[in-house]
Amino acid sequence: MAQQTDQRLYRHKLPTRIWHWLNALTIFIMLMSGLMIFNAHPRLYWGKYGANFDKPWLQIGPTPSGGGHVVIGSQVFIPTTGVLGRWKDQRGVVQTRAFPYWATIPSRYSLSGARRWHFLFGWVLILAGTAYFITSLINRHFRKDVLPSRAELKPRHLWQDIKDHARLRLPTGDAAGRYNPLQKLAYVGVIFFLIPMMILTGLAMGPGFNATFPQLLDLFGGRQSARSIHFLCAFALLAFIIVHVAMVILAGPINEMRSMITGWFRPPPEKQRHG
Amino acid sequence: MLVAGSGLLLAGCDRIAATAGAKEAFQGAEDLTYRVNRLITPRDALAPQYSGADISPIFRSNGTSMPGSPDYARLLANNFSDWRLHVGGLVARPLAVTLDQLKALPQRTQITRHDCVEGWSAIGQWTGPVLGPILQFAGLSSAARYIVFHCYDDFGGAAYYESIDLVDAFHPQTILAWALNNRPLPVPNGAPLRLRVERQLGYKHAKYLRAIKAVASLDKIGGGKGGFWEDSSDYAWYAGI
Repeated sequence: MAQQTDQRLYRHKLPTRIWHWLNALTIFIMLMSGLMIFNAHPRLYWGKYGANFDKPWLQIGPTPSGGGHVVIGSQVFIPTTGVLGRWKDQRGVVQTRAFPYWATIPSRYSLSGARRWHFLFGWVLILAGTAYFITSLINRHFRKDVLPSRAELKPRHLWQDIKDHARLRLPTGDAAGRYNPLQKLAYVGVIFFLIPMMILTGLAMGPGFNATFPQLLDLFGGRQSARSIHFLCAFALLAFIIVHVAMVILAGPINEMRSMITGWFRPPPEKQRHG
Repeated sequence: MLVAGSGLLLAGCDRIAATAGAKEAFQGAEDLTYRVNRLITPRDALAPQYSGADISPIFRSNGTSMPGSPDYARLLANNFSDWRLHVGGLVARPLAVTLDQLKALPQRTQITRHDCVEGWSAIGQWTGPVLGPILQFAGLSSAARYIVFHCYDDFGGAAYYESIDLVDAFHPQTILAWALNNRPLPVPNGAPLRLRVERQLGYKHAKYLRAIKAVASLDKIGGGKGGFWEDSSDYAWYAGI
């Protein structure tokens, strides 16, 4: 029988915990208000310009025959009736907007309302993110906990970690107190790539900021490209959140939630292997 | 858990948005964006300009495509020969300028991107006199803080208007455009004259100009928020993002 341990690990420092929960709220509000902003013009383009007479690479809307669909390029039509492009609101009234009421902030169509939520929490994202970045450099959170070591990045090590994840064999004992290599790579991707990309592509869409820093537009290949990348990164972030929450549930939601609220984590006991 | 959480968040957000505290927070964020942008952006920093090859094949128009008033119909029928741009408010010499007089001033031509608040963009070439020297010629008072643009189009009785601060009013790219892509401004794009204020979103670029007024405060004009969409739908007055 596995031995019950009373061992406790202080796994998450206070700045990490504050940032985590503030960020969880911020990203949810930004995602959902962002979907409402998309609803105002549910088409995405590549390049410097793009409007109704130009060719989008993605559009979400109603079909002429009474359904809803997502169109990728001019060939791929994905039926999404009831969810995207045509859906029923709380009162059962059929709406032909891209994203449904339960996915947007505000729930009823309001571009100005969504923009107010988006830009208020945009400031929260930037200010809290900057504070977290500085703190994590000073308390060495990035170096000690988040960045993978050279040994962890070796293909053999990563392959082992992939196999462990695929078999849902999650770390136990002391190893559970640290992030595993795949987890570290996911966090590095979010902290150092996805969130900064969201902020930079967002700024690149602002005509005021284009005058401040025009180079950013060239980097992304124009305003409509920046808008497309903003949208793609937002969905990459959503995919991360779904996997992240699934892993929390698999690893023991109470223990994991407690460690992100109080900082203290109770490592799952080492399993004894029988030959 | 995700779905339940977002459902809860959603119901909460709609209710919170209506509170006085939320409105104050939203306004605070807008003010912060405006101030930070003014702080980090040089006064005369230009909006990106494009080449002729970048011009949108069709320049989409938005909002009003034909003002409904009899006044406008009469001016249009006369090809705007009776049209005057009135420059007034806090100025020493109020003006009433004809289209030909505006065309006789030094002109600026620029190929810029028009960004609608909805998300689309179109690139076009605009020609017209720079606004700053016109305001100077009219003798702008030192008490003036905003420039208000009154228009011929109206939405259900409320006349369209917009306003900008003096930094944007005296920006080298802020012009009164009478030509789009080398042709007189089409009616859907704001004939005979529209504002171009290139560092802000499309709804600031007032079309169908009638009068320009220098004012010290926006409180007494329209709904007091500085523009038609600001008054009617709570859009931000500062539209640089």
